[in-house]
Amino acid sequence: MPDQNILEVREIATFYGAIQALHGVDLDVAKGEIATLIGANGAGKSTLLMTICGSPRAQSGSIRFDGEEIVKLPTHEIVRRGVAQVPEGRRIFPRMSVFENLQMGATISDPAHFKQDIERVFAMFPRLAERREQRGGTLSGGEQQMLAIGRALMSRPRLLLLDEPSLGLAPLVVQQIFEAIGRIAREEGVTIFLVEQNAYHALRLANRGYVLVNGRVRLSGTGAELLANAEVRAAYLEGGQT
Amino acid sequence: MAYFSQQLINAITLGAIYGLIAIGYTMVYGIIGMINFAHGEVFMIGAFISLIGFMICSLLGIGSAPLAILLVLLLAMAFTAVYGWAIERLAYRPLRGSFRLAPLISAIGVSIVLQNYVQLAQGARPKPGGQIVSGGYNLFSADGFDVRVTWLQIIIVAVTLVLMTGFTWVIARTPLGRQQRACEQDMKMAALLGVNVNKTISLTFVMGAALAAVAGMLFLMYYGVIDFFIGFLAGIKAFTAAVLGGIGSLPGAMLGGLLIGLIEVFWAGYFSSEYKDVAVFAILVLVLIFRPTGLLGKPEIEKV
Ligand SMILES: Nc1ncnc2c1ncn2[C@@H]1O[C@H](COP(=O)(O)OP(=O)(O)O)[C@@H](O)[C@H]1O
Ligand SMILES: [Mg+2]
Repeated sequence: MPDQNILEVREIATFYGAIQALHGVDLDVAKGEIATLIGANGAGKSTLLMTICGSPRAQSGSIRFDGEEIVKLPTHEIVRRGVAQVPEGRRIFPRMSVFENLQMGATISDPAHFKQDIERVFAMFPRLAERREQRGGTLSGGEQQMLAIGRALMSRPRLLLLDEPSLGLAPLVVQQIFEAIGRIAREEGVTIFLVEQNAYHALRLANRGYVLVNGRVRLSGTGAELLANAEVRAAYLEGGQT
Repeated sequence: MAYFSQQLINAITLGAIYGLIAIGYTMVYGIIGMINFAHGEVFMIGAFISLIGFMICSLLGIGSAPLAILLVLLLAMAFTAVYGWAIERLAYRPLRGSFRLAPLISAIGVSIVLQNYVQLAQGARPKPGGQIVSGGYNLFSADGFDVRVTWLQIIIVAVTLVLMTGFTWVIARTPLGRQQRACEQDMKMAALLGVNVNKTISLTFVMGAALAAVAGMLFLMYYGVIDFFIGFLAGIKAFTAAVLGGIGSLPGAMLGGLLIGLIEVFWAGYFSSEYKDVAVFAILVLVLIFRPTGLLGKPEIEKV
């Protein structure tokens, strides 16, 4: 019995002007799982996550979300169907308060459950509750990452795309973030597609992993399989077990 | 003292009108980083629609001035908003993502088109608007001089205050305003959260145009006469106001408008009315040299 896929990416090619960043990417994410995508800097990981959200738009190929073709939809329409992204670099609105950033996260949701949703985010990241009136631009890196995740959760997504959430954070904070990601998947039932350079953490957490090399999927398998794979160990894990 | 007070009253009135126009420049710049050089023409269109509106009111026999003003206000805001929307849709949106100067050149084109269109449709000669509100109130007399504030000046400042307060509230407190600020700070991220960016930009043009329409109506009532060319100078002065206050900043646009009104009126009142525009632009040059972000421009302190 195959799992039901919430995301099916087929033959996706994406260009920046004349430069091709993705050369026919295929991958699946099953409902309820944590899938991860690892790869070196410049492999095209961020481009893939952004292409799933329609910005930049794929030049060719198909992306199905919950059975529906979304590859031609504008970004805000894709998001409305239940895809949320925590983008590379977090992209917190710097001149908005923590609270307003969370309000922005709830742009597409029913105002009736705003209170409940924000309580949930504050319960997950009490730091945000303490700093609700502080401007986003003045938060520390870890706090910004918590805010970016909280903001994405405010839309009650069915698929959460996370782009290198551990980048530039202290080990203790990285651990906190990964714990939160695990909890979001287990307790909230949100499907997670996690992009990481921190391959060890990501593969340990994930049910399924993909390795992206120069815009192509080079390897795939369960998290445990990839952790044991010699090529993966050599390229992504040497000394990287932080 | 009396002369000074009188000039102050006149300056605040003029500054209110400039401030209303300046908001349109500053909002559009804030959200898409473009100077909408056609905005002065949008103001001019607003003045002409108001002129037509007042004529319709008098044809319909609407004698009550407050009612006529309210009707014309709504009419001018609605029609001018459509112009603002159409300009963005036809002349700017297709160029988004093109090179930086493209929309600017397009804006100058729109400006010329609108001027010529109104010149052809309404004639080149100045059009008198008639006096809709007359009378005033003598505040005090000194040095053999009556310091007077007209009802019209009170209306202009009151309408401006109400609109600016309402507008500031929309930007600061409503979902629409929040989405506009989000687009201003990070358009791509706003889209990733489900904001329809194109619609938000359209609404920004619509709001700026509606405020310019109000300025157009107030200008018509204040000066009593308009022509197809009024948008040029008023537009440049309001743009100066926006830059002076700090382009992109809403309170800055209001403050800048007030300051431009003060500079222009006091220069004309104490030095020479021929050189009042020179004075305004000299100030602009000084600000750009010594404080390019304007008075209330945002300093870049965020770490992102
Ligand atoms: N906005 C852009 N314009 C042009 N090229 C880009 C842009 N963003 C990324 N690229 C290029 O696309 C390739 C993939 O980049 P990216 O998706 O950011 O990789 P990763 O997230 O795996 O580090 C790189 O070669 C990068 O230089
Ligand atoms: Mg990346």
